[in-house]
Amino acid sequence: MTQWRPPLSLIGAWLVLLALLALTVTLAYVPLGAGNAIVAMSIGTIKAGIVAAIFMELRHRSGLTLVFAGAGLFWLGILLWLGLMDFLTRT
Amino acid sequence: MSEMNYLTADYTLKSWFLTTDHKRIAILYFASLIFFFFIGGAAATAIRIELATPQADLVSSDIYNRLFTMHGIIMVWFFLIPSIPNTLGNFIVPLMIGARDLAFPRLNLLSWYIFMLGGCTTLFAIFAGGIDTGWTFYTPFSTLYSNSYVIVAAAGVFIAGFSSILTGLNFIVTIHRLRAPGLTWYRLPLFLWSLYATSVILVLATPVLAITLLLIATERFFGVGIFDPRIGGDPLLFQHLFWFYSHPAVYIMILPGMGVVNELISCYSRKQVFGYKFVAWASLAIAAVGFLVWGHHMFVSGQSLVASLVFSFMSFIVAVPSAIKVFNWTATLHKGSIHFDAPMLYALAFIGLFTIGGLTGLFLACLAFDVHATDTYFVVAHFHYIMVGGMVTAYFGGLHYWWPKITGRLYSEYWARTAAVLIFFGFNLTFFPQFILGAEGMPRRYHVYPPEFQLWNVLSSGGAVILAVAYLMPLFYLGYSAFFGRRAPANPWNAPGLEWQTSSPPPGFNFTTQPVVTRAPYQYNRDFQAEPQNA
Ligand code: HEM
Ligand SMILES: [Cu+2]
Repeated sequence: MTQWRPPLSLIGAWLVLLALLALTVTLAYVPLGAGNAIVAMSIGTIKAGIVAAIFMELRHRSGLTLVFAGAGLFWLGILLWLGLMDFLTRT
Repeated sequence: MSEMNYLTADYTLKSWFLTTDHKRIAILYFASLIFFFFIGGAAATAIRIELATPQADLVSSDIYNRLFTMHGIIMVWFFLIPSIPNTLGNFIVPLMIGARDLAFPRLNLLSWYIFMLGGCTTLFAIFAGGIDTGWTFYTPFSTLYSNSYVIVAAAGVFIAGFSSILTGLNFIVTIHRLRAPGLTWYRLPLFLWSLYATSVILVLATPVLAITLLLIATERFFGVGIFDPRIGGDPLLFQHLFWFYSHPAVYIMILPGMGVVNELISCYSRKQVFGYKFVAWASLAIAAVGFLVWGHHMFVSGQSLVASLVFSFMSFIVAVPSAIKVFNWTATLHKGSIHFDAPMLYALAFIGLFTIGGLTGLFLACLAFDVHATDTYFVVAHFHYIMVGGMVTAYFGGLHYWWPKITGRLYSEYWARTAAVLIFFGFNLTFFPQFILGAEGMPRRYHVYPPEFQLWNVLSSGGAVILAVAYLMPLFYLGYSAFFGRRAPANPWNAPGLEWQTSSPPPGFNFTTQPVVTRAPYQYNRDFQAEPQNA
């Protein structure tokens, strides 16, 4: 925090996120059937990756910080796994 | 008090409201929580008065809905979740690990301001007209039908969530980075293990609550189909998301209480806690497994049978680490030199009441039983045994135990014991009849009931009067002692923890010299004299 650097990477990441948002919205109006969901989810994953790597600066971190970030992802997995268990087995 | 301490350092208002001293922030939280406890308690009193007779005499059904909603929201988010972590935890954590402060003192102050902003927002919703959804905000009622201040109240809870996250973050970093030399993980007092586990839940679960409340607002304002089936949503999705947070949140509410009880049981039995490592890891096990059981709140919601069976099974597993703790506390008492000081009375009450709450939790985890008991007073009794009988009792126990450290004064042992006994008695009289009412089928959340339920309801309301008086008592004798009590020595209870090795109240930066830890916690010699962790 001692020296201030122009946050070029932050602005770049922000522009990329906006571009991906535009792409999501555009593709949502292209009829792809089940493909729509897959495309939206994939773009969402890329966006999350960008946020984690650049805004959260995880690409510069190691050790314990990554463990905690990984734990967050793992817990999201639990939410999806046990949540889907209900949705996929309803009769 | 010749030397300077954190209380006498400065007397200006500014020195309180802009302080970054964890001890003063603890006191800011403490004062705020007393305030919220009274508001929540006032709602409870009104509920119990109404239920003393089968007919509606005090309030209409609309007002009744608003009363129990306000009671639940205030007690859960504005009292119980912050109770031990933000008052006792804030005060004691740095002292226990031999640090000058928490890792992020300014973040700590910010968390209090955020908490107050959230609290005021929710209070505004309550006084502007109230909320009638119950503390669980179930859809589609909350999104489509309720004509009350749902969004404002939810916004208050949303805001307060960030103060929880900041506190959790602060504790995690503090416990990782600021431990005194020699204070290895297995030398940490168990209070810290349980606060660490609590913090992990705070950080992992609270964001999901925030997202869920945002989704409600999105649906209510923009008509995006998330929970409403008519526009492509799924109403059960709300319950999944809500309980993914709220079941772990019940462990946010009990783990710190368990942590306090370790300190009390060990100090007043003059023995180290039996099976230290098991108790330590049981806290983390509760934090982890607590995330796998949320569906036990949804047995009759229409979730799939497979899901119900899996969640039922998991709920049995989650009781194992809690049981380990109960057994280990009991074993700690064995052959101890037991002192029935007021904090110990609270700790013993905790063990008994928590056990009843936990065991009835197992009844409810049993799918076939829950289908009958769900939404009855049995559930109400279950969670009050844990949250009030357990956590609030532990809070009072911890408050008495550390009171001399916080204020530098000793309270009246006689009044403290009287209050502890009255609380135990009043509590059981209030909530035990509710198990019976539930088993007989009285549903929760109604303000009228068939006359045959009156006897148990009258007992319950009578117990509530005793409980209310008993809860008010500490306000007087503790309040009195803060100004007129005898001066407390550094270590009035003969305990070995680092927090007792500095003066009472501690100086601004806690220790005059950096303590160096040389032994495990909870050590007493043959004559039951404490062996300080740093000597
Ligand atoms: C020993 C482990 C526990 C088990 C197996 C357990 C089980 C359950 C089950 C199955 C229910 C749902 C009952 C129903 O709605 O039909 C329930 C409700 C509840 N439990 Fe527990 N429980 C446990 C511990 C706790 C703890 C530690 C707390 C609080 C600190 C707690 C607080 C609650 C609350 C607040 C509800 C009611 C929520 C509502 O519908 O408003 N439980 N419990
Ligand atoms: Cu639960």
